[in-house]
Amino acid sequence: MSDKLPEKRKIKSAKKMRDIMTTYYLDAMTAKQNNRQVAWITSGGPVEPLVAMDIIPVYPENHGAMIGASKMGEDLCIKAEDMGYSSDLCSYARTDISCSIVKGGPLGGLPEPDMLICCNNICGTVLKWYEIQARYYNVPLFILDTPICHTQYSPEIARYVRTQMDEYIAFLETNTKKKFDYDKMARVGKLAYTAQLLWQKVLNTTAHKPSPMSAFDAFFFLALIVTLRGTQIAVDFYRQLLQEMEQRIQTGISMVPDEKYRLLWDNLPVWYRLKWLSEKFSGHNACLVADTYTSAWCGAIKYTDENNFLDSMAEAYTRIYLNIGVDQMADQVLDMIKFYDADGLVMHSNRSCKPYSFGQMDIMRIVREKTNIPVIMIEADMVDPRSFSQSQIETRIDAFMEIIKQRND
Amino acid sequence: MNNKERGSIYAGIDIGSITAKAALIKDNRLLATHVILTGYDPINAGIKVFEALLKKAKISKKDVPAIVSTGYGRASVSFADKALTEIICHGTGAYFINPEIRGIIDVGGQDSKAILLNAKGQVENFAMNDKCAAGTGRFLEVMAKALEVELNQLGDFGLNADKPLKISSICTVFAESEVISMIAGQQKRENIIAGIHDSAAARVAILANKIKIKKPVMMTGGVAKNKGMVAALEKRLGLTLIVKDFAQENGAIGAAVLASKL
Repeated sequence: MSDKLPEKRKIKSAKKMRDIMTTYYLDAMTAKQNNRQVAWITSGGPVEPLVAMDIIPVYPENHGAMIGASKMGEDLCIKAEDMGYSSDLCSYARTDISCSIVKGGPLGGLPEPDMLICCNNICGTVLKWYEIQARYYNVPLFILDTPICHTQYSPEIARYVRTQMDEYIAFLETNTKKKFDYDKMARVGKLAYTAQLLWQKVLNTTAHKPSPMSAFDAFFFLALIVTLRGTQIAVDFYRQLLQEMEQRIQTGISMVPDEKYRLLWDNLPVWYRLKWLSEKFSGHNACLVADTYTSAWCGAIKYTDENNFLDSMAEAYTRIYLNIGVDQMADQVLDMIKFYDADGLVMHSNRSCKPYSFGQMDIMRIVREKTNIPVIMIEADMVDPRSFSQSQIETRIDAFMEIIKQRND
Repeated sequence: MNNKERGSIYAGIDIGSITAKAALIKDNRLLATHVILTGYDPINAGIKVFEALLKKAKISKKDVPAIVSTGYGRASVSFADKALTEIICHGTGAYFINPEIRGIIDVGGQDSKAILLNAKGQVENFAMNDKCAAGTGRFLEVMAKALEVELNQLGDFGLNADKPLKISSICTVFAESEVISMIAGQQKRENIIAGIHDSAAARVAILANKIKIKKPVMMTGGVAKNKGMVAALEKRLGLTLIVKDFAQENGAIGAAVLASKL
């Protein structure tokens, strides 16, 4: 079979993405020399107005993922704890705060911000985290408050968030001393919308059996939809990636050789153990075909109106996966289990990410009741390796796979 | 290789964090078991326990067409045909001993688990302790040392308590200092030990409740030999635990049964 050779299974677009990300970070690092401004923004924050204002958005969370993947998280977490921060604080926050001081990590620190944009649709930790950084860098901070939509997006929430979008634009006008270009915003909005649609299509290709890529690849390819959403670069890249996935399906190239079992992953990746986990699962002929994390950057697309991006943005950014009720989250998980025909659900109880990990026990119960597929929970942390206990996690995964095999064979 | 031939003998080897267990089955019946301390070298422990078992059964390695290893050291048994987890092995072992069993509570040296079986003896669900040692054999070992009691006497001491004390710390390290202050406070050893058993039982009961354990429930693992702990668990769970001979070797027995199906 053609997919036996690891070389054949490699996704070719990966190199292109690495080049794009290098250029992106070089642009950000040299922003000052080129008279451009840098804004730090939370991963779920509305980036399109920044792009429309020609401000370079930089994501401390993407940087945190890079720190984790380069296995540099432990030292930076310890440094933050030396500074007095609790080990219970999110490891993205800890590494970002300490990295600002020691200029560590794979990039030697992020380019200094001219302003900070904090949207609490992903968690509450970002509020204090960004306040700390605003004091440290002595730069203005804009907070976009998106109330949790436990059951629905009420007219009150709609008005409240939409008003803040105008305040956001006014904040940007004040701090750039430029007028906001609404026509450009509409163009950026269309590009963001198109890129999200393409990203969703890329993720959908894994419904094919065998899957042309795994969630481990999605964790990697996610970087562009986060950092370059609203640019032509992202649209072009995802179009190319989609073509490659379709090509792989046609020629029968799968990511996991002899894929027998299909699993769904919940929560952030364990960045410093991607390879180990990927090999662990593929050793059982199991492919993590999808995850709730990477789809968060296109999950709210149904609320977006590409012809009226600015107005619909308020709703789309408020109704993301981490800002809805547990019942709705469970519904999304159930939909994904069905769509990807998953044989099991792997939940990462992430010490760092409280809003993601809170509610997992309920989701686990709901999934068990409604689908009867095996569910496993592993306890770890996305960046701090001190929370990862290999032999215990290994036994859980092996036992989980034994149960799936017993049921399917 | 056809392993299903009659008369064949199958082996299971369970390398735990404290003890290494091995079992042989023949014609679907238990032939022999053996237990040694794992010590510092799990590779050597696997070889030693298997050799001692073969000697006990008066057979040689070539009489055993298939071996399954399990336990934390399952990967260090290089001569095993397959490595499987303790969860499936304890499930299979309990079902082999008594096919009526639907729930298993296994408390070993390093971890404790609750397992739910279906009518076919397949694992439906399981829960394991997290990174914490509370509610494991290691916890009891630490406490036995602090109290200067042999581990195998802990159970009897606990059953003779007249006024069981309460250990409030969950953490093994903090519980140990709590126990030491109880010793300093001249509390009766029996009462302290009863408190220790209840503290460990409370942790294990959480696992059983988490998976909504079904009766009849068998207790396996080395800690099943501790009568005080069994009683404390029964009280916590409000049910009777079935403890059979070879509870400690149950994982190895299950591994041998699974070897016969390779």
